Amino acid sequence: MSTAEFESVDVLESEITTPAAAATTELEARNVSVWFGQRKVLEGVNMSFPKNSVTALIGPSGCGKSTFIRTLNRLHELLPGAALAGEILYEGRDIYSRDVDPVHIRLAIGMVFQKPNPFPSMTIRGNVLSGLKLSGMKRSNHDDIVEETLTAAGLWTEVKDRLDRAGGELSGGQQQRLVIARALAVQPHVLLMDEPCSALDPASTLKIEETIRQLSKEVTIIIVTHNMQQAVRVADNTAFFLAAENEPGRVIEQGATTEIFGNPQDERTLDYVNGRFG
Amino acid sequence: MADLDVQERRNLSASATAHRGDRIFNRTITTAAFSALFVLAGIAIFLGAQTIPVLQTQGLSFLTTTAWDINTDPPTAGIWGMLYGSVLLAVVALVIAVPASLMMSIFMVFLAPKKLASMLTNLIDLMAAIPSVILGLWAFYVLNPTAEVWQQLLNQYLGWIPIFQNASGNFLGTPFIAGFVLAIMMIPIVTSVTREVLSRTPPDLVNASEALGCSMWTMLRYVALPYGRGGIVGGIMLGLGRALGETIAVFFVLKIVFDTNWYNIIESGGGSVATLIVSRFGEISGPYELQLLLASGFFLFIMTLIVNVLANLIVNRTGRLQK
Repeated sequence: MSTAEFESVDVLESEITTPAAAATTELEARNVSVWFGQRKVLEGVNMSFPKNSVTALIGPSGCGKSTFIRTLNRLHELLPGAALAGEILYEGRDIYSRDVDPVHIRLAIGMVFQKPNPFPSMTIRGNVLSGLKLSGMKRSNHDDIVEETLTAAGLWTEVKDRLDRAGGELSGGQQQRLVIARALAVQPHVLLMDEPCSALDPASTLKIEETIRQLSKEVTIIIVTHNMQQAVRVADNTAFFLAAENEPGRVIEQGATTEIFGNPQDERTLDYVNGRFG
Repeated sequence: MADLDVQERRNLSASATAHRGDRIFNRTITTAAFSALFVLAGIAIFLGAQTIPVLQTQGLSFLTTTAWDINTDPPTAGIWGMLYGSVLLAVVALVIAVPASLMMSIFMVFLAPKKLASMLTNLIDLMAAIPSVILGLWAFYVLNPTAEVWQQLLNQYLGWIPIFQNASGNFLGTPFIAGFVLAIMMIPIVTSVTREVLSRTPPDLVNASEALGCSMWTMLRYVALPYGRGGIVGGIMLGLGRALGETIAVFFVLKIVFDTNWYNIIESGGGSVATLIVSRFGEISGPYELQLLLASGFFLFIMTLIVNVLANLIVNRTGRLQK
């Protein structure tokens, strides 16, 4: 299966090939449970991510949010003792089925981590293009890609005159936008963000949130956050994860962000979004 | 302001060692630290003093020619072939040891299960503890006859490459065998440094490359190896320092000839400064030959010193870059 094939599968086609999938669903988790060795850390997660939407995953630390998004682009399996039950459907296909190349999945479903991690020895330009180089993906017009993705990440005007400086010289917030640009350069359909602002100052955080809103016109975004206001500001939908003591994490409640924060059905959700625990 | 000017300024750095025990301890370790420098300087001065008369009688040809005619009048000696031979052996050793060490350390850091990795680490450290005379004996009795066959095969199938030519038909006492023994001695040093460096690859960068759809190979090529490049080169230089100075293991397997073996690594005969010294020392003809050997030692000392200084410079520079 080639990358091009992944890119060409648009909504209409996936509707035809897999009529079961909802027309606007890009990514779907069906009854997903996750283990580290013998320890079950996540149980029975069902969630669907509509195309070009922003979904926030909230909940206290250790409830499996980060683990969950790492299963969505097959990064979870790189950890020792990792195991999974259930299905993750990307454009209607199970990403864990035997004939799927994990490299293609990781290109189609990009990821931004908690700590900005540009390659320190590469230039800004080199960092943006590193995904193409590392994965061996061919795209022409590298200059255009650099400008487009840095613009999309809201960093172009700040760095356009110093593209040949090292990526490590930028500030934390700029580095985080640089790695967003890097993730965009391979043209992903989905972008996973694992607490992308937790290491940043408030001004940089606002810039990243602006970037997220702009990106969501073209990319489906799933963001893990501990910042309630951030979830309200950027997310269309929100899912609340919780793990009782010595039990795997579960999704307590999910739905439109306005509902979760304005009118939660579960008492635990109400307590959490009002800052009463976690 | 005026008050401040007349105030007595007290030097507080002395009070850091006000405690008597501390003072004794500080002096002891300072002396110990400087003693290393004295030993180094002592060796350099002693050898240097012996080198001056040799350079006065032999001139620079002591370094640029290859001869050891002690019984002629005046005696002529030149160690070019030996200096070059030492480097040739080191190059052979590097070509064998570096890829082997890199592969071992990559396996231990990125592929092997934890238990196996720590077992291998201990084993390889043990390898470093084998006395070189034991390796030399082993090489003489075991490696020699085995490597003779390898070299014959190399000559048979790759003989069209100049370095694998052999005119004499004698495949014993070759630079290849000596270099192979040196490689075995280098591998533990290079592997343990490389393993250490690779294991410090920041997990953030490994994560980033995995999320960008990197295969293991591209992650190594574009992330881990460039990140650790300086440390790896430093480790290789440390190993090289050992290879250049190694004496006894080479003594067992290399046939010393006073001729420059430029590149025929599977041809019998080669040179090595250290081994020249040990092989001539027992049958020395007089005080002048002793002086010649000491002068040879001086240049060997300089050569290994340069390699070690370079290694340190490279390692330090990388340390700064990584910060």
